[in-house]
Amino acid sequence: MEKFEKLSGIAAPLPLVNIDTDMIIPKQFLKTIKRSGLGVNLFDEMRYDREGNENPDFVLNKPAYREAQILVAGDNFGCGSSREHAPWALADFGIKAVISTSFADIFFNNCFKNGILPIVMPQEVVDVLMKDAEKGANARMEIDLEAQTVTTSDGETFSFEVDPFKKHCLLNGLDDIGLTMEKVGAIDTFEAKASAARPWV
Amino acid sequence: MSPKTLYDKIWDAHVVQEDEDGTCLLYIDRHLVHEVTSPQAFEGLRMAGRGVRAPDKTIAVPDHNVPTTEGREDPAQMTEDSRIQVAALDKNAKEFGIHYYPVDDVRQGIVHIVGPEQGWTLPGMTVVCGDSHTATHGAFGALAHGIGTSEVEHVLATQTLIQKKSKNMKVEITGKLRPGVTAKDITLSVIGKTGTAGGTGYVIEYCGEAIRDLSMEGRMTVCNMAIEGGARAGLIAPDEKTFEYIKGRPHAPKGAQWEQAMEWWKTLYSDDDAHWDKVVTIKGEDIAPVVTWGTSPEDVLPITDVVPDPESFSGGKVDAARRALDYMGLTPGQKLTDIKVDAVFIGSCTNGRIEDLRAVADVVKGKHVAEGVRAMIVPGSGLVRAQAEEEGLAEIFQEAGFEWRLAGCSMCLAMNPDQLAPEERCASTSNRNFEGRQGYKGRTHLMSPAMAAAAAVTGHLTDVRELA
Ligand code: SF4
Repeated sequence: MEKFEKLSGIAAPLPLVNIDTDMIIPKQFLKTIKRSGLGVNLFDEMRYDREGNENPDFVLNKPAYREAQILVAGDNFGCGSSREHAPWALADFGIKAVISTSFADIFFNNCFKNGILPIVMPQEVVDVLMKDAEKGANARMEIDLEAQTVTTSDGETFSFEVDPFKKHCLLNGLDDIGLTMEKVGAIDTFEAKASAARPWV
Repeated sequence: MSPKTLYDKIWDAHVVQEDEDGTCLLYIDRHLVHEVTSPQAFEGLRMAGRGVRAPDKTIAVPDHNVPTTEGREDPAQMTEDSRIQVAALDKNAKEFGIHYYPVDDVRQGIVHIVGPEQGWTLPGMTVVCGDSHTATHGAFGALAHGIGTSEVEHVLATQTLIQKKSKNMKVEITGKLRPGVTAKDITLSVIGKTGTAGGTGYVIEYCGEAIRDLSMEGRMTVCNMAIEGGARAGLIAPDEKTFEYIKGRPHAPKGAQWEQAMEWWKTLYSDDDAHWDKVVTIKGEDIAPVVTWGTSPEDVLPITDVVPDPESFSGGKVDAARRALDYMGLTPGQKLTDIKVDAVFIGSCTNGRIEDLRAVADVVKGKHVAEGVRAMIVPGSGLVRAQAEEEGLAEIFQEAGFEWRLAGCSMCLAMNPDQLAPEERCASTSNRNFEGRQGYKGRTHLMSPAMAAAAAVTGHLTDVRELA
């Protein structure tokens, strides 16, 4: 996995609440057996019409935001299905961080497995960042994971919380299967004990 | 010993290791797998030269992509992509030696219906699946939740998950339900009250007399939609009904092991003085038959109500409601019972079980699907289908003009040939009314099987209690 340390990028405003994973990547694109190549279909039903032409009003189609690396979104981002295709599509498009007041649980976890940093901020801060994002391509937002801060194009800085283990994995680009495999002894011991206590499992 | 919730008890019994910051390695007892969220995980194993750690605890079944019409073994019925995904699951199941129910097996069906039906899901277990509706299995007092594909790979390789504990939330439904009110109305009403993010960060335990009174099928319906309320999982403490349901199922314990299991299962309840981080109480008698009017499962109203005015909401919800009404083609003030439907879908892991089909049969017996309405019933598994045929329900459905399908996810998510056309309106027993969920620009109203059946025979959303 790619490391996430610091990011200075364009932030796209997406002020809708309850953006679900069907909106992020509609089901017709789940039929792939690969992880890559989903970026073109990110937000497909909002981004294109039925004939596949771009909808010029959709934020990521506007010239200022085509290179966006950060999304600032409304409450409860990523609700709905567990599809990891949602963060795969975001990552493939180039999104590295999403900022909202809250995220759905599974989506939130899936982000970390794919090098994306989901940042939870209180409503007042999201409002400020949303305004900043609306400035377009000239305004670059900065995210510093080590310091746990987001800085607007005006230099206003806000701190955020992040789980220490998830931060460590993201900063170092660590794959958690490899980390867990190192604990195989503990898993063996647990399994032996559990199957004595609950042999029917 | 300090008092514990049911969630605390199951959690504690599965912690392999805990780090200082509370990050735990949690052992997984059952891993359910379907064709859409697993190919990349198996591919990852192959690339890393890893195997499946516990193939006998891993169960796979194709459901999302499979067509539900007769003759579906014919590959011409599936698109190229769907065929590739199902074929990949066939191959992965064989190669890694996991339990498998292929399309032509009578036990095939929606993964969350097959698990309980075959006795894979048992009280006190940890159950995961690369699917958000894994919450369904919580009806047995199992800690069950959806995971992403990276986590599927993690469980395949290590039989564990890296997790932090959620908080405890109690949702109590007191007293009795009124006639015509079902498990689906409970679960939708809870989401209507708490919102789709109300459960974020929590595991919900549903309790109270109205929950106790539900059958196992009804309890599965309630837990199924815990995820729509944002919760990581939903739980219901096991009781005699649970044990009765499990007993004799193919993979349930037998003989001395049954006795041993029962001893533990009977300890699986929340202690009286256990700590809850959040409590929601609803009176059973206050719950009405409900439908959704918008594009979020929290957009719930009693069927006797009218389409709301977006201005009556606050914050970001005003825009969301405006957008939803536009998408749904509805006007504020319109009576919900005046909304005409083009299609009716009865099925899904929320309401594709035998009890659901019986409820539909009760409503439609001797009646006919309204002119111009396309109505289909898709049983949740091959065994549910067989039972419905044996009980004579299939005949009632066919005589009433319903299509009687084979088992699968079908129009719950339209990844297979069953889809709504743009602007087609559907009364659906599934769990999500998101934009495009049942087909591009399709319009979904969620409701109970009895309410969907009523809509089928009248051609518009209908209060099932008024239907003579
Ligand atoms: S029936 Fe619907 S919700 Fe259930 S597993 Fe299938 S697609 Fe998901």
